Amino acid sequence: MSTDVNVKLDTLPGLDSDALPLEVKDLHVEFRTRNGIARAVNGVSFSLRAGETRAILGESGCGKSVTAQAIMGILDSPPGFVTGGEIRYRGVDLLKLREEQRRKVRANRIAMIFQDALSALNPVFTVGFQLGELFRKHRGMSRADSKARAVELLDLVKIPAAKQRVNEYPHQFSGGMRQRVMIAMALALDPEVLIADEPTTALDVTVQAQIMALLAELQRERNMGLLLITHDMGVVADVADEISVMYAGRVIEEAPVRDIYESPSHPYTKGLLESIPRLDLKGQELSAIKGLPPLLTDIPKGCAFNPRCRYVQDACRQDPVPPLHQMSPTRSSACHFWKEVKADV
Amino acid sequence: MSDIVLEARDLVKHFPLTQGILFKRQIGAVRAVDGINLQLHRGETLGIVGESGCGKSTLARMLVGLETPTSGDLFVQGRNMAKVSGTERRRGRRNIQLVMQDPYTSLNPRMTVGDIIGEPFEVHPEVLEKPKRRARVQELLDLVGLNPDHINRYPHQFSGGQRQRIGIARALALNPEIILCDEPVSALDVSIQAQVMNLLEKLQDELGLSYIFIAHDLSVVRHIADRVAVMYLGRVVETGTEDQIYENPTHPYTQALLSAVPVPDPKLRGLRDQIVLTGDVPSPANPPSGCRFRTRCWKAQEICAQRAPELAARQGSAHPSACHFAEVRDVVHAQR
Ligand SMILES: Nc1ncnc2c1ncn2[C@@H]1O[C@H](COP(=O)(O)OP(=O)(O)O)[C@@H](O)[C@H]1O
Ligand SMILES: Nc1ncnc2c1ncn2[C@@H]1O[C@H](COP(=O)(O)OP(=O)(O)O)[C@@H](O)[C@H]1O
Ligand code: SF4
Ligand code: SF4
Ligand SMILES: [Mg+2]
Ligand SMILES: [Mg+2]
Repeated sequence: MSTDVNVKLDTLPGLDSDALPLEVKDLHVEFRTRNGIARAVNGVSFSLRAGETRAILGESGCGKSVTAQAIMGILDSPPGFVTGGEIRYRGVDLLKLREEQRRKVRANRIAMIFQDALSALNPVFTVGFQLGELFRKHRGMSRADSKARAVELLDLVKIPAAKQRVNEYPHQFSGGMRQRVMIAMALALDPEVLIADEPTTALDVTVQAQIMALLAELQRERNMGLLLITHDMGVVADVADEISVMYAGRVIEEAPVRDIYESPSHPYTKGLLESIPRLDLKGQELSAIKGLPPLLTDIPKGCAFNPRCRYVQDACRQDPVPPLHQMSPTRSSACHFWKEVKADV
Repeated sequence: MSDIVLEARDLVKHFPLTQGILFKRQIGAVRAVDGINLQLHRGETLGIVGESGCGKSTLARMLVGLETPTSGDLFVQGRNMAKVSGTERRRGRRNIQLVMQDPYTSLNPRMTVGDIIGEPFEVHPEVLEKPKRRARVQELLDLVGLNPDHINRYPHQFSGGQRQRIGIARALALNPEIILCDEPVSALDVSIQAQVMNLLEKLQDELGLSYIFIAHDLSVVRHIADRVAVMYLGRVVETGTEDQIYENPTHPYTQALLSAVPVPDPKLRGLRDQIVLTGDVPSPANPPSGCRFRTRCWKAQEICAQRAPELAARQGSAHPSACHFAEVRDVVHAQR
């Protein structure tokens, strides 16, 4: 069996243990398809501290999953290509590493969970075998030791009767339990960063609450950075520290979670907040955002949101694309008129 | 005429569980819907909530006549659908139309939008003579906010939200009084979801429609419903006005469900009464005795295993709640 126990992480060129566990700078990804070039990610930047939860929020098709796939190196390529930018783990740009080193960082330091656990797990092997394999392959552990660790992990994610269930196959678990198994796999090698791509979207709310509580607890215990990709503004309000809102492949607003909900400063963020019904409010008016998000093969000139924006002015329809204006040390908005938008309540 | 346009009395649907390939033996039944009573009043919206598998879609399919009940009665405008003549049953059916969840799969990709919206006239030709149908379809497109000139386009040329509008236009074709929406906005992004909900509310005002609105999203249901029924394992466990259910829930399941819904306001983080349920929903093929929620209920006593609690108003609950120990608990607002 091939193992990577001999590739040493602490000899990575430029590794700086004081640098952030994850920093994405000006990332560009495009898909070269028959229908043209889909510009899925167009200069996305954000950073993640140890122990921090950053939400990447946006509606379907805005480039959230592609951003995560680029970080994990699991982009569907071709047709997808990273065409620019940096993805730094503790100062080291993963995009510049040799393939074998890059794989090692991704296996050990950065892990990911998905919406659909069933497709992330192998149906023909028991859960215990799949967990154990991680320890055999990456830690060179014996069969017996790795099996024992597998049981510990199932315990950690609060799967009842872990000793028995470790011998079962993925399809024998309920949706929520399967999500726990996937979390166990992701945490097996003690990653510093966990990327969760819509981890609870397919689950019922009571199960969603259990899974989010588990993730928060594990994150706290391990001081992990959590990159939470979601379209659910309720979940974000409950767990995130920082938010990056995406639209058409760009981050259009970035702020601490309280600020964004209290004083959204980009018309898209504002529109999203005004279009969700709230459980605790009665007879609330919903103001929908008109129109549709653009096709990424055909993003409007100037501000991509301009055809749907109620604050639009002539300048918005012309290039350049509005840059992320630094509004304060902790906030930024990619709207020419963020001051007006922020003041308009 | 009575104010009640649709009524279900003790409606039951059991799907047989069989074993064997050549000679199928019935070894049990999935009790998908197991005794449901409900009434829909003219012009109101009745919301139905509950987690996946609790029987919402099966109930919906029985209400629109796509599924035959195992037992129980269905009354449309006061007439028992099992007892009326064939013609009258067809007329009753025509009066209730279904809007389904998934705008991506519920429309035939090979039919034009005009043919899709006009298809109900093929089934009920008496409603409108042929030469007038095209104009009616264009009128319907306009009504739901689509361009009438797009009548010859195909479903793939429309976005998800627009496809849901096509589904709504088709449901309106025969001038029904009742529309049954089964998760109509669940597959849509929030900005589009709001557009479709606003459209449904506008149509209700303009056409005087009565809605049954099924969804697993409790915030969406609060927004649109006048009254709400909460389902668990094939039964209604609590029902009341939107206010009663959200402000004064009395059934432990309703309380757990509501407490699990995140509220999009970070200021409320950690300030609400959180109930985290343990365990999974039992199989509807083998539901627990007595109260079906007892395997996950933190208040369960011996009596809960012995006697199924009746869905009724009682001390502790001014509105019907199927719990022996019903009592109000606010789980929706911040507690201080
Ligand atoms: N495998 C692929 N082939 C072609 N285009 C793709 C592929 N995956 C993603 N895209 C393009 O990237 C865009 C962003 O996708 P994604 O990141 O999955 O969105 P989301 O924000 O919903 O996660 C899509 O709208 C699509 O144009
Ligand atoms: N045609 C069928 N045959 C057998 N079981 C079914 C059938 N349709 C639904 N069921 C079962 O009935 C239960 C209720 O399903 P459904 O009405 O679709 O629930 P919901 O819409 O609330 O998610 C589920 O356990 C489901 O598996
Ligand atoms: S830049 Fe112009 S179009 Fe874009 S969000 Fe701001 S006001 Fe709207
Ligand atoms: S009847 Fe008993 S088990 Fe059922 S909800 Fe009430 S307290 Fe819980
Ligand atoms: Mg995605
Ligand atoms: Mg359903």
